[in-house]
Amino acid sequence: MKINYNRELCQGHNRCYMLAPEIFDVDDEGYAVLKIEGEIPAELHDKAQLCVDNCPEYAIEIAE
Amino acid sequence: MDAKKAPVEDWTTDFDHTHPDYAANAHQIWDDLREECPIAHSDRFGGMWMPTRHEDIAAIAANKDGLYTSRGVVVSEVRPDIPAPIGYAPPITSDPPFHAPARKLLLGPFAPRKVQALEPFTREYCHSLVDAALETSNEQGWFDAAIGYSQNIPVKVIAQMLGLPAEDGPVFRRFIHNIIENPVQREIPEEETVEWYFDQQIAKRKANPKPPGEGDLIDHLLNVEIFGEALAPEHVRGTVVLLLVAGIDTTWSSIGSAIWHLAQHPNDLARFRDDPEVRPFAVEEFLRAYAPVTMARMVAEDHELQGCPMKKDDWLLLPFPAGNRDPEAFEDADKFVIDRQKNRHGAFGLGIHRCLGSNLARMELSVALDVFVDRIRDFSLVDPANVRFSTGQIRGPRELPVSVKTNV
Repeated sequence: MKINYNRELCQGHNRCYMLAPEIFDVDDEGYAVLKIEGEIPAELHDKAQLCVDNCPEYAIEIAE
Repeated sequence: MDAKKAPVEDWTTDFDHTHPDYAANAHQIWDDLREECPIAHSDRFGGMWMPTRHEDIAAIAANKDGLYTSRGVVVSEVRPDIPAPIGYAPPITSDPPFHAPARKLLLGPFAPRKVQALEPFTREYCHSLVDAALETSNEQGWFDAAIGYSQNIPVKVIAQMLGLPAEDGPVFRRFIHNIIENPVQREIPEEETVEWYFDQQIAKRKANPKPPGEGDLIDHLLNVEIFGEALAPEHVRGTVVLLLVAGIDTTWSSIGSAIWHLAQHPNDLARFRDDPEVRPFAVEEFLRAYAPVTMARMVAEDHELQGCPMKKDDWLLLPFPAGNRDPEAFEDADKFVIDRQKNRHGAFGLGIHRCLGSNLARMELSVALDVFVDRIRDFSLVDPANVRFSTGQIRGPRELPVSVKTNV
């Protein structure tokens, strides 16, 4: 499992960062920064799904 | 007292978001409109529209074709006279291309790590409010969780950020009532206007300038530049008004609505109290189910939207709280699901105008509920009929008498 994160769509709601700080960091302006560009470890798959399901701007997707 | 509103006969053709009936029945009104209408119209306030489906609200907020302007964001009888793209209170009243650079100036101070630093201060203040509330409760058997708790928290925090005296809280709440809750034309002495208040505050800081990076948020605005120049005086003042007004009754409403819900749902209260892992999800569900803020736009050019003839300068309400309750967008949209796992709510708006203070608001809401529930443990409404909700674009309890149960 990998994550596609679209910085252009991100509006800085910070929902992903709150739900999964292991996967997303946040920059000094409050925009999300994807920490894991490659394969998401299995133990974080549920959290990755939460990030997708709670992004109000549809900026996060799972790429199998 | 403000003038009595004419009764609303038909919410599809004559809605009025400032009417007490709307305050009392908003959820039902949105549900009915969403099924029957779904874009309501009214001739009040010189003509306004209100979509109620999440998809329509999101599309208007996205504003891909530039058909809408943020020049006016609070519906009033008079159209705002400060032109786009800057508007009265940047960046909320700004359109592209001015919007992004004006917003960028403020993103840093409201980013998560900056906001996190205010948490201990907020927590300590919430504890002091609970101390006082419990004392009142011991004396009279109840206390008002809006007046004695929720309304004070955002005032204290934003006053701290803006470097304003917290004891001016009642003054700030009067500004807010006049600007947002009941924006009718009134004759106000100049020294009582929000503009006068902040002109004094700004003048004080200009007389004693701080180096960049020091001082409060007003100092920050006096130090930064846009397009290589210092901000215009009206820009500084408008932004400061925005930061004060937008940060107070919104968060106050959110905290109050959450307490109102918990006071009536003992199972949710017990779960929130006893399960720390559910709290972050519960906070987002409070935000979804009881989102306080309905934004507004103005129509920038004549066009038709789903058969509705939108005319330039018509108001357009964006009821994100109604979108949050749209069954097309949320499973069990009308139910409060304390551990909701899929929750793309738009409580803080959607698109480029996402609430600048959302991290601050979320921190305040979380801390306020933590302290309230951890300290008070069990509580209920004195009488549901004694709860009074605000009118206008910000929805939340303004009077919320609760009684403490001491057996937990």
